[in-house]
Amino acid sequence: MQLRINKDHQRFRQIVKGKIRDDLRKFLSRGELIGKEGKHLISIPVRGIELPHFRYGDNNDGGVGSGDAQPGDKADGSDGDQGPGGTEAGQHILEVEVSLDELADILGEELQLPRIKPKGKHQITSEKDKYSGIRRAGPESLRHFKRTFKAALRRQIMAGTYDPDNPIITPIRRDRRYRSWKTVLKPQSNAVIVYMMDMSGSMGDEQKELVRLEAFWIDAWLRRNYEGIESRYIVHDVRAAEVNRETFFRIREDGGTKISSAFKLCRSMVETHYNPEQWNVYLFHFSDGDNSSESDSRECCNLLTENLLPNVNMFGYCQVASAYGSGNFINVVHEHLADQENVITSRINTKDDIYESLKTFFTSGK
Amino acid sequence: MSLQTVRPDLAEYAREIAEIAREAGLDFFETRFECMDFNTMQQIAAFGGFPQRYPHWRFGMEFERLRKQHVYGLGKIYEMVINNDPCYAYLLNDNSVVDQKLVMAHVYAHCDFFKNNYWFSKTNRKMMDDMANHATRIRRHADRVGFEKVERFIDTCVTLDNLIDPHSPFMQRTRKQPNRGDAMPESEAEDEVVRYKSKPYMENWINPPAAARKERDAIIAEREKKTPLPAEPLRDVLKFMLEHAPLEDWEADVLAIIREEAYYFAPQGQTKIMNEGWATFWHSRMMTTRIVSDAELITYADHHSGTVATSPGQTNPYKVGVELFRDIEDRWNRGRFGKEYDECESITEARKWDKKLGLGLDKIFEVRRTHNDVTFVDEFLTPEFVDRFRMYHYRRDPATGRMVVVNRDYDKIKAQFMFMLTNHGQPYIYVVDGNYANRGELYLAHKHIGIDLDIKYAVETLKRIQSIWRRPVHLQASINEETVVFSCDGENSQQQKISEDQPKPAHTV
Repeated sequence: MQLRINKDHQRFRQIVKGKIRDDLRKFLSRGELIGKEGKHLISIPVRGIELPHFRYGDNNDGGVGSGDAQPGDKADGSDGDQGPGGTEAGQHILEVEVSLDELADILGEELQLPRIKPKGKHQITSEKDKYSGIRRAGPESLRHFKRTFKAALRRQIMAGTYDPDNPIITPIRRDRRYRSWKTVLKPQSNAVIVYMMDMSGSMGDEQKELVRLEAFWIDAWLRRNYEGIESRYIVHDVRAAEVNRETFFRIREDGGTKISSAFKLCRSMVETHYNPEQWNVYLFHFSDGDNSSESDSRECCNLLTENLLPNVNMFGYCQVASAYGSGNFINVVHEHLADQENVITSRINTKDDIYESLKTFFTSGK
Repeated sequence: MSLQTVRPDLAEYAREIAEIAREAGLDFFETRFECMDFNTMQQIAAFGGFPQRYPHWRFGMEFERLRKQHVYGLGKIYEMVINNDPCYAYLLNDNSVVDQKLVMAHVYAHCDFFKNNYWFSKTNRKMMDDMANHATRIRRHADRVGFEKVERFIDTCVTLDNLIDPHSPFMQRTRKQPNRGDAMPESEAEDEVVRYKSKPYMENWINPPAAARKERDAIIAEREKKTPLPAEPLRDVLKFMLEHAPLEDWEADVLAIIREEAYYFAPQGQTKIMNEGWATFWHSRMMTTRIVSDAELITYADHHSGTVATSPGQTNPYKVGVELFRDIEDRWNRGRFGKEYDECESITEARKWDKKLGLGLDKIFEVRRTHNDVTFVDEFLTPEFVDRFRMYHYRRDPATGRMVVVNRDYDKIKAQFMFMLTNHGQPYIYVVDGNYANRGELYLAHKHIGIDLDIKYAVETLKRIQSIWRRPVHLQASINEETVVFSCDGENSQQQKISEDQPKPAHTV
C-alpha cells in the first residue's frame, strides 16, 4: 500500500545520502537502537537529523531511577549488578547485520560518487517529462478538468450551495487543479573500472585479504550506484593476466613483482576497448609496493604519465602494509606523479583503515 | 471506516468497556476506534498521532526509526489516542483480543483525562481537522513559492518550536494598552483632565485654566513616552516574531501553524506522568475487576507488566504515575495526610494509621482535574514513596563518563525529578528587547536555573532566529558563571563578555 508518509521518508533518505539539502548534513546524528538478542546486546544504527534547539549543555547530567542499586553502581543498565569479581566479560555491543545493499547505502552516506561524465554515443542522458501528479498551481493549458470539477463540486457541497435539482458547478480559482510533471533523468554513462592486484609472494594472505576487502567494497559500492558499469580484473606477479570477478577475489599466486606488467596489460585493454572519448575509465591498483626493481618502477611511472593518466578519470593506488616488502612504490608514485590531479593514493595497514581508504578515494568526487 | 463494520466483535467490547468506564466515574468525549495494520499505525505515530500532516522530512525520519524498532522487535505501538472531540483512538489489527480490551480501557481513561484535566482545557478540540487544514495550507504555499523554500523555512521554525509559553493560554499576559507612542488628539486628553463641578462664574477659580493645561500636557506626555517592546519579558518568542518580524505572508502562515501545533502538544508534555499513570491506573482496575476472563488473565498480566516495567536509569512514566495515583488513593482512604499524621512521631502508629475515611477515589479525581506533572510530583512524592520504590538519584561520574548511582536522598531525588519536569527539561528563553539599542535588534535572554545552555546548539539556533528577524540578534546567557552575549548578524556570530559600556536591554530576567 502506498503510504502518505513515504514521500517524507524518501525525502529524509535523500537528505541523509546528501543528494539534497546539504545544509542539513551537519546535523546528522548517528543514533542507535539497542536491542537484545540472546545474550548479546545489539546495536541497530539509526540515522537522524537533529535540528538545533536551545537546550541544556553537558552539565545537565543525572536523573532518577528505581531499583536495587548501591551508591556507586552504574545506572545505565550495563552490567550494574554483576557478581563479585566480574567473572563474566562485559557485554559487547554487536552491530546488527545488514544486507549488502544497505551497507553500500550507509557507505554512500559518507562518500561522494565519482562524477562519471556522460560519454559515448548511445549513452546520452535521457530526460523525460512524466505527468505524474496534480497540483494547485500551473499553466491553464494543463488544467485537469475532471479534478477541477470534482474540487468545485466538493466545495459547493460543503458550502451547501449545491442544488441537486439544478446542478450547476462553478469552479473558482481555488478549485483549479493542474497536471504536474516530474523530469525523470536517466543517467547513462559508459564507465569501466579496472582493478589490478599484486599477487606476488611478498603479499601474504593477510595483505591479499585486505586488498580483496577493499576492492570488494569499491566494487559493491559502485555497482550499487551505477547501472551497467563494466569491471575488468587484472592480477599480476611478474606477468599479468586478466581474470574474471570470481577468480580475482579467490586466486592465490606466487612469484616476483613487476608492476609494469599489469600497467601494460591495462594499457592495451584501454586502448583496444575503451576509447577515452567514449568511456569513463577508473583504475585501481593494489599492491604492497614492493616492486622488483627501480627501473620497473620508473617504467611504471612512464606508462602512467604517458599512456594511462591522460586517458582515465582517476588512478587510485592503494598500498597495503607488508612485513616483507620495502613498500617503496607509493613513494615513487608520490615523487613522480605529485602534479597529476587524477592520482589518489592511500595506505591500509589493518581492516580498520579500509573505510578511511575508501573515503580518500571517493571524497574528491572525480 | 467504523469499527462496527470492520470488527463487530471489537465494537461490542468497546461499548461494554465504555459502559464499565462510565460506571467507574470516568467522563470522556465520544471515542472512535479505528483498526489498522502496523504500517499505517507507524505512519500515524510518525505524524504525531494524526492521519495527515504537512509534508516534512522529519516525519519520515521518525517513521524510519519506528519501523526499525518494529522490524527488530524492540518496540511496538499498542495504542494511540488523540486529544480531540470526538476522541480518536487506533487499534492494531493483529493484536490479540485481550490486548484490544486493555487498549480500550486505557484509551477511555486517557480521554477522560483530556476532557477533564485543567491543562488541556484550552487545547483545540478540533485539531484533527485543523491538522489536515495545516497540511493543505502548507502544500498550497509549497505550490506557490516552491517546495524547498517552504521546507527550509519549516526547518527554521521547528528549531524554535520550544520557544513558547505553555502557561499563556490561561492568562492575559499583556494588558491591553492604549496605543502609546501615537499622537493623541488634544480633545481626547482634554476629556481626561479632572474637572470639578462649578457654577459658571466660579469656573476659573475652581478649575483654573493654567492647572488644567498643565495636567493636559502631562497626560499627552505620558502617552507619548515610548514603552519598551515588549512591555515585559516575553517567553512566547514565536508570537513576538509573528507580530514583529518582517515575514512574508506565507512565512507568517507557516510560523503560525508551527506555533499552534506546538501549543496543542504542550499539555501532553506537561502531563505525561499523570496522563499515563491515570490511564494505567484505570485499565488495571477495570481489567482486573470487570473485564478480563479467567482465560485471559495471564496474557493480560504479562502485557500489563510490560508497560510498567522499569529499566535502570530511566523513569517509566506509566510506572511512576500509576504508583503515585495508587499511593494517593490509599493515603486518602486511610487518612494518612494532614497535620495530625505528619506530626505523628511513633513509627508503629504511623504504620497502622487508618482512619477509614474512604476519600481516595474523590481525591484522585480531584488530582486529575487540577494538577500537572510538576505540581503532581511536588505534592505527592513522599519520602515513604521514594523509599518503597527504592528510587535513587544518579549522575555522570566525571572520571569514567558513566552514569552512576549517587544516593537515595529524598530531597535530592525530588529536586532532580522536579528539574527534569520543569518546563519539560527545556531552558527558559525570554525576549527582553525587540528594539535593542534602538537599532531594531532582537535581544533574548536565558534565565539561568542552575544549568548552562549548550553553546553549539545555542549559536546554531540563534542563526536561525536571525534569518527570520533579519536584523542582528543577541542572546544573553550565563556560561560557567559568567554572563556572556552571543550575537549573530547574519554573516558572523560572536560571543563576548558583557561590559559596562554596552547598551542595556529593556529588561532583565
